[in-house]
Amino acid sequence: MSVKEKGAWKDSKLLNNPVADYAKRNGGIIIGFFVLCIIIQINTPMFLTTANIVSVLRQIATNLYCASAITMILIAGGIDLSSGAVTSLASVVVATFMVNYGMPIPVAILVALAVGALVGFINGTIIYKTGLPPFIVTYSLQCVCQGLAYVWTGAQPIRLTDQNFIFLGAGYAGFIPMPLIYLFVILIFVWYILNRTKLGRHIYAVGGNEKAAEFSGVNIKRVRWFVYVFSGIMAALAGVVLSARMYSGQPSVGAGGEMDAIASVVLGGTSMGGGRGTIGGTIIGALLIGVMNNGLNLAGIDSYWQQVAKGLIILIAVYVDFVKQGSKLRK
Amino acid sequence: MKEPILLEMNGIRKTFPGVVALDDVHLDLRAGEVHALLGENGAGKSTLIKVLGGIYQRDAGEIIINGEKADIQSVKDAERYGISIIHQEIVLVPEMTIADNIFLGKEAGPAANIDRAGMLKKTQELLDSFDMGLSASAKISSLNIAQQQMVEIIRATFSEAKIIVMDEPTSSLSDKEVDALFDTVRRLTAQGIGIIYISHRMSELDVIADRVSVYRDGKYVATKEVKETTVDELVTLMVGREVGNYYNRTYNECDETVLEVRGLTNKKVKNVSFSLKKGEILGFAGLVGAGRTETMRAIFGMDPVESGEILIDGKPVSIHSSKDAMAAGIGLVPESRREEGIFPAMTIKFNETVKVLNEFIHTFRVDHKKENEIADKYMHDLSVRAPGTFALVGNLSGGNQQKVVIASWLAIQPKILIMDEPTRGIDVGAKAEIYAIMNELAKNGVSIIMVSSELPEVIGMSDRVVVMRSGEISAVLDRTEADQVTIMKNAVNI
Repeated sequence: MSVKEKGAWKDSKLLNNPVADYAKRNGGIIIGFFVLCIIIQINTPMFLTTANIVSVLRQIATNLYCASAITMILIAGGIDLSSGAVTSLASVVVATFMVNYGMPIPVAILVALAVGALVGFINGTIIYKTGLPPFIVTYSLQCVCQGLAYVWTGAQPIRLTDQNFIFLGAGYAGFIPMPLIYLFVILIFVWYILNRTKLGRHIYAVGGNEKAAEFSGVNIKRVRWFVYVFSGIMAALAGVVLSARMYSGQPSVGAGGEMDAIASVVLGGTSMGGGRGTIGGTIIGALLIGVMNNGLNLAGIDSYWQQVAKGLIILIAVYVDFVKQGSKLRK
Repeated sequence: MKEPILLEMNGIRKTFPGVVALDDVHLDLRAGEVHALLGENGAGKSTLIKVLGGIYQRDAGEIIINGEKADIQSVKDAERYGISIIHQEIVLVPEMTIADNIFLGKEAGPAANIDRAGMLKKTQELLDSFDMGLSASAKISSLNIAQQQMVEIIRATFSEAKIIVMDEPTSSLSDKEVDALFDTVRRLTAQGIGIIYISHRMSELDVIADRVSVYRDGKYVATKEVKETTVDELVTLMVGREVGNYYNRTYNECDETVLEVRGLTNKKVKNVSFSLKKGEILGFAGLVGAGRTETMRAIFGMDPVESGEILIDGKPVSIHSSKDAMAAGIGLVPESRREEGIFPAMTIKFNETVKVLNEFIHTFRVDHKKENEIADKYMHDLSVRAPGTFALVGNLSGGNQQKVVIASWLAIQPKILIMDEPTRGIDVGAKAEIYAIMNELAKNGVSIIMVSSELPEVIGMSDRVVVMRSGEISAVLDRTEADQVTIMKNAVNI
């Protein structure tokens, strides 16, 4: 047995136990998360109150819609920078269709989701047909969508008053906020796709080695379409839910959202290079970012300093994870 | 003629956590000599070279250069002692010129205003002195692999290397390019440069090497004069046991035609026609770029076909993608294992089952038992050496990675298996195992097309040999007429 063949196995032996595997994969982030919670709680005792926890989870929810889709995109070896702009555009679309065109709620929502799906379809098609880097393609679409959202509304918010619609974002089912219910469904769906379907294996295969995937009979075009269209729909859903929660269509509501989503995914151990990642990791990544935002707010830190702190914390967390991963697989 | 000893490595020991990679290892190199290192993957050759090159620090032992103890702690130290390593993977910057690459890190002139003209001129002189027929201002990306390798060698000589290590320099070269490389090697040795040469191609040793040192399991075994030893003796030293004739074939005489290709034509190949019989191994020989891989890609639906037809069991089939090809019962073990074959960050299980997901993933259920059965069966059938199917393929040796790739294709139970360079860059032991697998498959009625640039392999394994030249078939030889001379005659342009 060669040098290479020893040593690297230890990690993989745990793969058969999902709980141990999860803890092993995300150990650093989980510990970081709890440490952060304890620090915040010591400084601001109102952190661990039901009201605050529910509010944090509600904020995390929309980020996680996008992040769960971006998890699949990153695993498939791509990236999506358009998702925040699609959120904005969908928010504007759903609001104008209800207020300006007098459409019923379900129609307006469907149109908004269709717009998201269309953007994703365009992303996937251009990337597949031209071979342009996903970074540039999705960035261009980001500019287009964000621009359209402003043009459409003259950069003004559109007030929404329909209580039935607002319930969808701001309401509760029992004590559970509505956005968390959608989130629950989405997370199960993504987990199911990644772990229980052929498509899921194909997503890992395309990101792990696109050429080998092609030789293996994987339909790469279909994989790309699926992940980008799904990402578009999820970003649009985030836009719809945020509009309802804030009683208005906002042309800038999603701006920068893609970065929080990507940061959550990467914090959760998904590789920017493709082929590796889990939805479970993304959840803990999003929780970390959500709690951090909340903690900085509660501590009354100036919002500009919050950005500085957030950037540094993400950098440290990703670096620690990177070092840990680097020791696993020697290329 | 005994030249002075240039380099001596004595009692070298290197351990990694839990593993002794090198144990009391010896190597000596004379000036002007080509000294081959032989050993299976994992025998310690690469580790020894990395110790010499300052990439790893040794735990014990001494390195003596020109009679003096050398203190090599880093890559920079190694360079200072005149040691240059040419790695298997080319490490040039593709979008920079030859001159820029040769002077990389040693740019002439002041830092903010480098002497471009001077660098180009000096590089051109170097290129001309090697009869390269290249312009110093050509971009690396415009060169072929052989030319890139030459640039690396020139860079090594430019930095006044006295000891040059070449790690499998011929693994991706055609025979013609190999000849050019060997010319260069002889030119270097004539200047008194010592060359440490690592290769898995035993046939090259006779041609180029003076002495050969054999390593096994991290230990030094022996050093032999190439003229006084035989391939059989070396193989025995390497594996520590008698291997015997490792092209072990039982030929099946069967006249049933499984695959027929008629007039296959596209941008890369012209009017390719041949037939493949049941249980046959059909060798494809030719120079690199003769269109062998391209023919296989076209048959497998990876490249578009302009005209021609493909018949399987006498019936025309339409293949437009790898998926169609697999459905028609064709498998293809690709030429480049790392780039096209494996999913390195995934487990053996994932790699082995990714082509047969239909067999165990149902609409609402994954049949893990079935999945494990498939993975275990093929891991066992091909004796992949790893602690289990959960092992990451990127951590396996080349031979075991290749076995995993073959396993993944056997899982689809192909009628026709195309194997493009099935033993490239893997050690003798693993090669013998792969030959045995191929023989076993053929015996069980699987028809195999083997594209190979190693003539002994083509001759040893094939029932018949197809020779290609410039995108066309130049000869189809029966195994009784297929010898090195006949094949080469048909492979080169006359």
